[in-house]
Amino acid sequence: MKGNEALVRGAIAAGCRAFFGYPITPQNEVPEYMSVMMPKVGGVFIQAESEVAAINMVYGAAATGARVMTSSSSPGVSLKQEGISYIAASELPAVIVNVQRGGPGLGNIAPGQADYFQAVKGGGHGDYKLLVLAPWSVTECYELTALAFDLADKYRNPVMILGDAIVGQMIESIDVPETVEANVPEKPWAITGRHGRASKNVINSLWIDVKIMEALNLRLQAKYAEMCENEVRWRETMTDDAELVVVAYGATARIARTAIDRARAEGMKVGLFRPISLYPFPSAQLKSLAERGKRLLTIEMSAGQMVEDVRLAVNGLSDVGFYGRMGGVVFTPTELVDQIRAAYGNSLEDACAEAAR
Amino acid sequence: MTMQKVFERPKALSDVNFSYCSGCLHSVVHRMIAEVIDELGIIENTIGICPVGCAVFMYDFMDCDMIEAAHGRAPAVATGVKRMLPENVVWTYQGDGDLASIGMAETVHSAARGENISVIFINNGTYGMTGGQMAPTTLIGQKSTTCAAGRDVSLNGYPIRVSEMLATLDGPSYIERVAPVTAAGLTKTKAAIKKSFQNQIDGKSFSLVEILANCPTQWKMSPVESLKWIEEKVIPYYPLGVIVDR
Repeated sequence: MKGNEALVRGAIAAGCRAFFGYPITPQNEVPEYMSVMMPKVGGVFIQAESEVAAINMVYGAAATGARVMTSSSSPGVSLKQEGISYIAASELPAVIVNVQRGGPGLGNIAPGQADYFQAVKGGGHGDYKLLVLAPWSVTECYELTALAFDLADKYRNPVMILGDAIVGQMIESIDVPETVEANVPEKPWAITGRHGRASKNVINSLWIDVKIMEALNLRLQAKYAEMCENEVRWRETMTDDAELVVVAYGATARIARTAIDRARAEGMKVGLFRPISLYPFPSAQLKSLAERGKRLLTIEMSAGQMVEDVRLAVNGLSDVGFYGRMGGVVFTPTELVDQIRAAYGNSLEDACAEAAR
Repeated sequence: MTMQKVFERPKALSDVNFSYCSGCLHSVVHRMIAEVIDELGIIENTIGICPVGCAVFMYDFMDCDMIEAAHGRAPAVATGVKRMLPENVVWTYQGDGDLASIGMAETVHSAARGENISVIFINNGTYGMTGGQMAPTTLIGQKSTTCAAGRDVSLNGYPIRVSEMLATLDGPSYIERVAPVTAAGLTKTKAAIKKSFQNQIDGKSFSLVEILANCPTQWKMSPVESLKWIEEKVIPYYPLGVIVDR
């Protein structure tokens, strides 16, 4: 099935019973398939009047304690940022999918990875974080989306699935699990109508008293610290003896995987480090690679966003180089092999400058 | 002689002082909503969505489940709530900036979809909370902090009659414009709110009550003057009456 379809199936398997979205390429299959599947499972589907309306419908439905999702692509995710800030500040669970495309501006419908900053550093206002998961296959589209609902409920926080046009449109076979473990906690905070409850519930993020607002922020920061402790996810391939490790996520990591096999065949000791959680970022694991003397080459479909977090993690212990293409351009494996070859055995700064010439 | 209680706080109002200015009709309408909730017996299964504007603190004043919405987005939030909990009476309470400016798309589309929610629209032709800026419903010639010389159609365009505009849609079951500035107006206002909530209970789809209200502070009038202004200047532009009743 398609990646976009797997996102839907994973969501429904995890108990998602409300989807609010809007058409935008390359994720149109998500609302289309949801429009068919939600009624079948007794859920709610609305094609909202805009991405802004959709995220606010998510906020309302999430406040009732339901498992709820929205999906969009880069420009539409920009529209959702205020709503996402409200969801995070109100400590509501929700899953938001971004199938990234070329940008900035209206951009194009080719793949991109230039929304990393928006996803991970907080595209909306204020001190909040999203838990961000990056699938690289149709199977991960299913599994990570299902997981996202559990994590959203566990932390009472919005979770983002950060994909891209390749991952959304790719078609692969997938073993759909019989059942998906769905850990739905009690939600005594939800607005449900009082139904005899001793006091009213209020979902709100306005705290005029700055001491109360600070207390909320401290609580959120503690939550994010807990996420950093418990929810780091990554995969390493052939890094043990590697001298150079490529750091990449999503579709880029798929292309890099092929490039690394070819580089190995040429005799280079190269590995792949693939972050799956972009927030929390696998900083400790990257630092460990750097401490063991491995140089890192970060590759992204952007001007260089995740590479900043790689550099922060490595903190000068080793070389960190970067290679990227922008505007929807997709690497070829040959192109990446050339970059790896240039980087291998040289200082990475020189190698990237060499490749650019 | 025994004492008889003839007037008390409705149960649906929390025991909290309102933050509204003296003479502001928000206080009156809040009370009416609370009385309606008491009379319909729905305190256990009603959820209110409060706006951005002076009524942003309504979650403190009502004793039912409440959710704060981003500016203009209350009908979308209400849609999310109502679709998940259809047995609850779900209502929004919004000012003219919230409903007719930034939130106009959410207003129109929730009405067009026929969402079974009740929208209470407080139209006082100004942005009270932020200091008295022009609103989509500010009258031609009316002064505000962003049209100091008075609204000029060549610069600022025309005020919007929301109720008439929404009446062109097939979704709404009931739309009425009222003005709680006379005894009769007060009675009609409460009856309209009650009818809107009853329509929802009866499964009749979207309803909106447009309440012409005042803002003595930003209009720079006394409360009594502000009620007169509504009678003399506002009602002629925004006629009272039932606009939709299907």
